[in-house]
Amino acid sequence: MSKIRKKLIGKGDVRVDGRKPGDLRPIKIEIGLLERADGSAYIEFGKNKILAAVYGPREVYPRHLSLYNRALIRCRYHMAPFSVEERKSPAPSRRETELSKVIRDALEPAIFCELYPRTVIDIFIEVLQADGGTRCASIAVASLALADAGIPMKDLVAACAAGKVDGLLVLDLDDVEDKEGEADLPVAYIPQMEAVTLLQMDGSLTRDEFEEALKLAVDGCKRIYALLKEALRGRYLAAGNVVGEDVKKINEGGS
Amino acid sequence: MLFVKSRQLVIPGNLLAKGDYAAGENVYKERGGFYASKVGLVNFENQVIHVIAVEGVYLPSANDLVVGKVVSVGLSEWVVDINSPYSGVLFVSQTSRRSFDSRKDNLMDILDVGDVIVANILEFDRTRDPRITIQGHELGKVTSGYVVKVTPTKIPRLIGKRGSMIKLIKSSTGCQITVGQNGFILVRGKRVEDEALAVEVIRMIERDAHTSGLTNKVGEFIEKRKRGGMTDSE
Repeated sequence: MSKIRKKLIGKGDVRVDGRKPGDLRPIKIEIGLLERADGSAYIEFGKNKILAAVYGPREVYPRHLSLYNRALIRCRYHMAPFSVEERKSPAPSRRETELSKVIRDALEPAIFCELYPRTVIDIFIEVLQADGGTRCASIAVASLALADAGIPMKDLVAACAAGKVDGLLVLDLDDVEDKEGEADLPVAYIPQMEAVTLLQMDGSLTRDEFEEALKLAVDGCKRIYALLKEALRGRYLAAGNVVGEDVKKINEGGS
Repeated sequence: MLFVKSRQLVIPGNLLAKGDYAAGENVYKERGGFYASKVGLVNFENQVIHVIAVEGVYLPSANDLVVGKVVSVGLSEWVVDINSPYSGVLFVSQTSRRSFDSRKDNLMDILDVGDVIVANILEFDRTRDPRITIQGHELGKVTSGYVVKVTPTKIPRLIGKRGSMIKLIKSSTGCQITVGQNGFILVRGKRVEDEALAVEVIRMIERDAHTSGLTNKVGEFIEKRKRGGMTDSE
């Protein structure tokens, strides 16, 4: 930790990319762009570029994996070899296997699995470009792709990280802040249920800092949730004359 | 208390109402509130709130008319793709065949893999695959025509109020159209051009299903096509 490195927080609490501590990165969302998938969504979250596709509910192969009383949810998080600076091996790594699991677990409480017993819902997440906070962005796009596929859900799932950089609590860390900072706290949140479905931490925070960071992250989730909702409505409102609503296109969010 | 209007677009998690209502299709109740569980349009039926979904899969229900494709042949039954997470099972006893002796007769002589059939759902309860039948008026193997696949949630729109939409397409294109509740639609016409026009109209309805005034738009579209021949894209 004592090695010489760039200062991450400048004068007036300005971060490396010029954001304030409580700012999100700009977000751009597209829904339903894959022709052959049942549901799909794409998100640009700062420099992150992530594509999600959902198939199902459909028949389970191999058959023995099927559950008699509810739908099975399978999730694959994968990073493209060109998504990071140093080429990443396309084979699934330990980290990707773990993220697939936590993303699945973050989404499952929002899905009415019991309506489709003996079927499977497949979620594929492809990270095309990574810049820190991909698991949170992945959860958000995946929930949009699920809604686009017409899978019954309690609510969309929003996710956002908070953390500590140079002694300062900040929202939505990018890659540099994540690697060089003191702590990272990714959180997934379902607003309708007021439930946190993902909570991880690496680095160290005091108890008070943790409480505050969690509050910050949940607040970030709510702001992202508003953008997700707007994007999902925008997809149908833009397509034609739906009664009683204005066409609103979402391009940028955050700050 | 109501928070939405009829025909309003809602998304999962939207609060629809609180108080003395009942949850209908694609609506769930939690902590006294009624919420949407799918993207769709709100529809009221007295005190029952429904959300008419824009996307979704087909769930079989008894007496539904479906169009399906045979995917495999067993010893005494066929497995039929009915565009659903659950595939249809058709037993020999549900065909018009009077007697079937598995030692002498071959199932493939009746129906083979790839054959398209019009069938009825006999029963379904999600614990087992749906049983289907081809015994009945206008059911059975299909030998000519064109099968179009649309999102099953858009079938009510294709049929229209009391069948107005489908009647319009049938009469103006001169095609025989069998609408499977599962989203497979069988189009049979005298000429290829008639079939092509009907298919094009069905695709248009699928695309614009959530917009209003669709029947008029479809009528105009067909008229234009008939007069102007094959002018390109709308």
